[in-house]
Amino acid sequence: MKITVNGQVREVQATCLTAVLDELGFASQHSATALNGEFVPRNARAGTSLACGDELEVLTPRQGG
Amino acid sequence: MQLYDTEVSSRLLLGTALYPSPAILADAVKHSGTQIVTVSLRREAAGGNSGQAFWSMVQELGVRVLPNTAGCFSVKEAVTTAHMAREVFGTNWIKLEVIGDSETLCPDPFGLVEAAGILAADGFEVFPYCTEDLVTAGKLLDVGCRVLMPWGAPIGTGLGLNNTYGLRTLRAHFPETTLIVDAGIGLPSHAARAMELGFDAILLNTAVARAGDPAGMARAFALAVEAGRAAYLADPMEPRDMASPSTPVFGKAVLR
Repeated sequence: MKITVNGQVREVQATCLTAVLDELGFASQHSATALNGEFVPRNARAGTSLACGDELEVLTPRQGG
Repeated sequence: MQLYDTEVSSRLLLGTALYPSPAILADAVKHSGTQIVTVSLRREAAGGNSGQAFWSMVQELGVRVLPNTAGCFSVKEAVTTAHMAREVFGTNWIKLEVIGDSETLCPDPFGLVEAAGILAADGFEVFPYCTEDLVTAGKLLDVGCRVLMPWGAPIGTGLGLNNTYGLRTLRAHFPETTLIVDAGIGLPSHAARAMELGFDAILLNTAVARAGDPAGMARAFALAVEAGRAAYLADPMEPRDMASPSTPVFGKAVLR
């Protein structure tokens, strides 16, 4: 299915958020996730399913002022 | 200085953005003597390692982090970003930015108060980036903020303290609140001035990061903040319009 990940359309096979992150190469990242604008805590990822057209944000630490 | 339940000795907080290199950032942090740096969250590239590399570098610095919600224009964006930051950085501290105007990066006072209330009720220790407006400040305290961070001038301008009267009034109005001047500081003299007015600390980024010698400027700011604080504690004299001789007039010779 097609989902949008960090603003880019991606094709993924998995539906579970944990598996999607693994499939896209984010598994080892120290990251936080939001699905369709809602924060998904790390411990809720395994129980979160994605659907076609969903928008996923994967954020990691960056420089900031 | 007390920041919520945390005691810190350095009154200078430093941003981590805009440095020429990670090594120069690390050097500037060391020379500033800061114990707190600000950080953010941004999109990671699939398979990328930018976030982890930066986070590892910050952890090696041995300082606390104050995550921000920079770039958020709505309450929802800011609250969601704060939750994401809490999970990634493992801290309840959040530098709350809800921007109302893209040209001046002026905070949206209405959104700021609303977001601060939501986050404070959810256990966050909120450091709101605000203006010097007294009413907004009071409302931020009402919803649970115990630290306020009024701007000196718009972010990145280096203009210094645009409204000294307003800042002085804010200090006088909330004598018990920890007040940190955040943004707009361009020179160590600006920082010293804010500290002389009785502000508790200074948060800056661009003035150090964009200096020709960031480590040297970080050191200069550390000295200025310390000098300004010492001056405030030493109870500065009141300025006056007319001259007043410092050398005693009594005993002056008559030499005609």
